[in-house]
This record gives sequence, C-alpha cells and structure tokens, in this order.
Amino acid sequence: MYAQLVKTAGTGVKTRAEMSDEERNFQDRIDRDEKIEPKDWMPDDYRATLIRQIGQHAHSEIVGQLPEGNWITRAPTLERKAILLAKVQDEAGHGLYLYCAAETLGVTRDELTEELLSGRMKYSSIFNYPTLNWADIGAVGWLVDGAAIMNQVPLQRTSYGPYSRAMIRICKEESFHQRQGYDIMMKMAQGTDAQRKMAQNALNRFWYPSLMMFGPSDKDSVHSAQSLAWKIKIDTNDELRQKFVDQTVPQAKYLGLTIPDEHLKWNEERGAHDFSEPDWSEFFNVIKGKGPCNIDRMKDRVAAWEDGAWVRDGLLAHARKKSAARTAAE
Amino acid sequence: MADQNALFEFLLRMGDNSLILGHRVSEWCGHAPVLEEDIALANTALDLIGQTQMWLGLAGEVEGKGRTADDLAFLRDAWDFRNLLLCELPNGDFGRTLMRQFLYDAWSSIMLARLIGSSDPRVAEIAAKASKEVAYHVERSGDTVVGLGDGTEESHQRMQAALDYLWPYVGEMFDGDAVDTAMVKAGIAPDPASLREEYDALVGRVLTQATLTNPTDTFHHKGGRTGYMHTEHLGHLLTSMQWLQRAYPGATW
Repeated sequence: MYAQLVKTAGTGVKTRAEMSDEERNFQDRIDRDEKIEPKDWMPDDYRATLIRQIGQHAHSEIVGQLPEGNWITRAPTLERKAILLAKVQDEAGHGLYLYCAAETLGVTRDELTEELLSGRMKYSSIFNYPTLNWADIGAVGWLVDGAAIMNQVPLQRTSYGPYSRAMIRICKEESFHQRQGYDIMMKMAQGTDAQRKMAQNALNRFWYPSLMMFGPSDKDSVHSAQSLAWKIKIDTNDELRQKFVDQTVPQAKYLGLTIPDEHLKWNEERGAHDFSEPDWSEFFNVIKGKGPCNIDRMKDRVAAWEDGAWVRDGLLAHARKKSAARTAAE
Repeated sequence: MADQNALFEFLLRMGDNSLILGHRVSEWCGHAPVLEEDIALANTALDLIGQTQMWLGLAGEVEGKGRTADDLAFLRDAWDFRNLLLCELPNGDFGRTLMRQFLYDAWSSIMLARLIGSSDPRVAEIAAKASKEVAYHVERSGDTVVGLGDGTEESHQRMQAALDYLWPYVGEMFDGDAVDTAMVKAGIAPDPASLREEYDALVGRVLTQATLTNPTDTFHHKGGRTGYMHTEHLGHLLTSMQWLQRAYPGATW
C-alpha cells in the first residue's frame, strides 16, 4: 500500500458513552455508509489522520516516478518507452488528485511538500528499492502496482468523499499499469535465457519489499482499530497481504518463475497460502531512512524543488503582472 | 514517383527530430519544478515518441529493407542520425529545455501545417495527426517562455541566456540541400527556407511578449540534418537509449 504505518490521531476508539453528541452523530453517518464531505463536521483526529494518509499516498506517487523514470531513457523499444511515459504521467496525475483531496481538508500542497522534503512525512518504503534491470519495470507494475491495487480497491469505499472519488479514478488506471507490468514479465519469461534471468532476478528482489507494502501485522494496533471504525482503512494489513500472496502465486507459476520463499505452500485447511514474513527489521530500517535508495530519492526531490524555485517564482510574478494589468485596464 | 532515397532521408529527418527531442524531454521525468510541469513534460515526450513511431515506421517501409521503426531508432550509429542539432543539445535548466521546446515547436507547427498538403498521402496523414498535438505544444511552450521571460529578474536572465545559447542552432532548420530539392519537386515537402518568414514572425511575437531580445547574429551551426557532424552529446544519448538492444541482440521486449 502507498500509505504505511499511518499513525491514527487520537487515543483509540471511544465507546458511544465517551463520545460527544457530534461524535456520535458522525459515527452513525459512517456506520450508515454515508460519505463525509469537506464542509461536514468531523473530529479533528479524523481530519489529521486523513491528511497523513492521503499525504503519504500522494508523496508515494511523486517519489514513485523516480524508480520508473530510471528506465524511461533505456526502454528497449519505442512502444515500451511510450507506455512507460504514459504510466509515469499517470502516477504524477494521481499525486495531483490526491494533493487536491488533501487540500479539501485544509492543508496546501506546498505545506505537504515541505513536510515530505524535511522528512517529517513519509512515502511508501517500496520506492526506496532500486530498479536494476528492465524486468524490474515489469515487476514494479506486476507486484508493486498489484499490491497497491489490493489496498486501493477497498479504499474506493472509504468514508471521506473526495478520497473515495480520487481512489475510483486511480484504480482504473492502476489496473492498466498492472497489466502492462505483467505483459513485460511475460515477454521476459518467454524470451532468451538472459531475459528469463532478469525476470527471476527482479522477482527475487521485489517479492519481500512488495509484501512489506501492506505494513506490519496490525492485530495489536489500537490505531488501526480507530481507522477501521472511521472507515479510513477497510481491511487489515494481514488480510490484504494474504490476498496479495494468493493472487500472485499462480501468476508467478504461469510465468515459470520461482517465488523466493521455501516455506510457501498451499494450506488446504485455511484455503490460503502459508508464506514467510518479510524481514521486518529491514522494513523499519527503510522507514528510518536506511533503505538502498532513501538518500538518493530525497536528494532528487529536494533538488527538483530547490532548482525549480526560480521557475515557480517567475511564473507567479508573471501571473501577478498580468492580473495587475487587467485590473488597471478595467 | 519521387526519389525513394531522398524520401527516406526526409522521413529520417522528421522521425529523428521527434525521437531525439522526445528522449531529451523524457530525461526530466520526476525532476520538474512543479507537478503540473512533470505531467506536461511527460505528455510532450509521449507525443514526440508517438510521432517517431509514425515517421520512422514509414521510413522503414520506404527504404524497403525490412527495417522497423525500432531498428532505425535503436540500431543506427550517430552518423546515420538526421535530427537537427538543436534537438540533441542537453536539457540544461528548465528554462533552456522550454526555450528549446518552443524554438522547435514553432518550426514543427509550421512544417506540419505545410505537410498536410503533401502530395504523398502517407506523409499528409502523419502530419495531420501530429499537427494537432504540436498546436498544443507550441501554445504551452510559448506561454511558458512568456511567463518566465516576463517573470522575475532571475527568470528573465535565465531565459535570455537560454535563447542566446540556443539561437545559433535555429538556422539549421532552414538549410536546404538536394534532398529538399527532390522533395519540393515531388510536391512532398516545402523548401525549408520558405518557412523562415512565418517562423520569424511567430517567434518574434512570443519573444517580444516575453521581453526577451532576439539575437541578431545570423551565424548558425549545421551538420545534424545531413548527418555530417553531430555534437558530442548525441553519442552519449544513444549509448543509454540503445543499450538494451545492443547488449541483447535479437531479444523481443
């Protein structure tokens, strides 16, 4: 998922007796599956949590341009180059809708950007992994976008109207992204020995980081319970991770690739696959800035923002001159 | 029937311009000054790569040796490229990238409008499709040149520096040779020099609005569209662009 470890504001789920009238009324609306709109009353903690979650999701889309952009200039055919450009353009567009959704909660895009660049807000851990061979672009579409869809499809039903509507639009494009990723993997898996090697190598490196995208097990989390009650979160991390594994195993088999987990096997009793947990110490290191690409990703984003300051200032100054000239003419 | 060798050369010139410029623009991905610009740059690059597929696809067909657009893009060396030198120049800052885009878009919009009336229906068809996209490109790059030229003191200086750097590469657009003579004779494409007046009027209008000074020096570099002498930059661009095709020959991607 593109928003991990989003800390829910507040002190946990209140009982009905502990709620104020406004809070009870708000919870009733959520329980009736009504959408909450920007001008409606909402608890401060609901607003704060949504800003964190939507902001983190938006930042992930923006930083997520970098590992894929890494291969745009080396895409092997004109068609692949065009598809990848279209995909990365979509990701930037998703960032835009999400920042707009966050703005309806009273925070500006520039404020959120400052939070990202100062390291106070995070983006998904997955984008701190490198894209090293062309099959990585296939693996990103197949596994990373696949994991994102797994989380985002339920979020189409999330309680906050603007977020829900952004997710509906985003999901349509994400499923196209996943298909193009799988299509690259098919070509690689059916290709030369070198291509099959690239495909397996990409799967080896992206498998566990993809499982980490859902965040650690949330069975003990008080915060998670509150977000579930508010329908900001719809399924638990573990439910989504299981669903992802069950969906992906036959796809890997079809490609003739081996998932790098010797404990992976079908559990008849549960009707689901048993699988190994990712290395959570690695996950927490990545979140803390010690992933393979954290420093480079942030350096690139900070440079883009700082080097672009004169452009933003210039365009703003011009817009002001134009509007002053218009006012003077009236 | 037109000289097929000349037509092939002409189509390479069209396709290589959009390929090399599209590649340069795509290098910006994820690094633009503002999100809307990231989207616009990716969109421009995408259009240019789409135009490349059409021009180089037709070039391969005309050549008749079974080469595809991909073969032409990924398996030729620098001396076989026929793009304007302007297209291969490094991006520089955002100002230079947008100035380069505007100087190219202005030419491209005029060229494509003429090619819609080409005697070769395949050329006319590509031009009709591409000119719709380029009409938007030139509007956007022109507006950005105006906004930054007439923005702050810093943005003005940067845009003037970009214009001064790029201007010596503009003249090549209007050079003609035997290929152009053959195209004019067959009614396929206009004489490059015949585009100059309209170009100067369009560019002059935008630069005036942008409060920028149009360089008066008439000297210009050449060697891109003939392939005689590219810049040193092209080889590096091709090194990354062609790497997979060169390293793993015969693979299907």
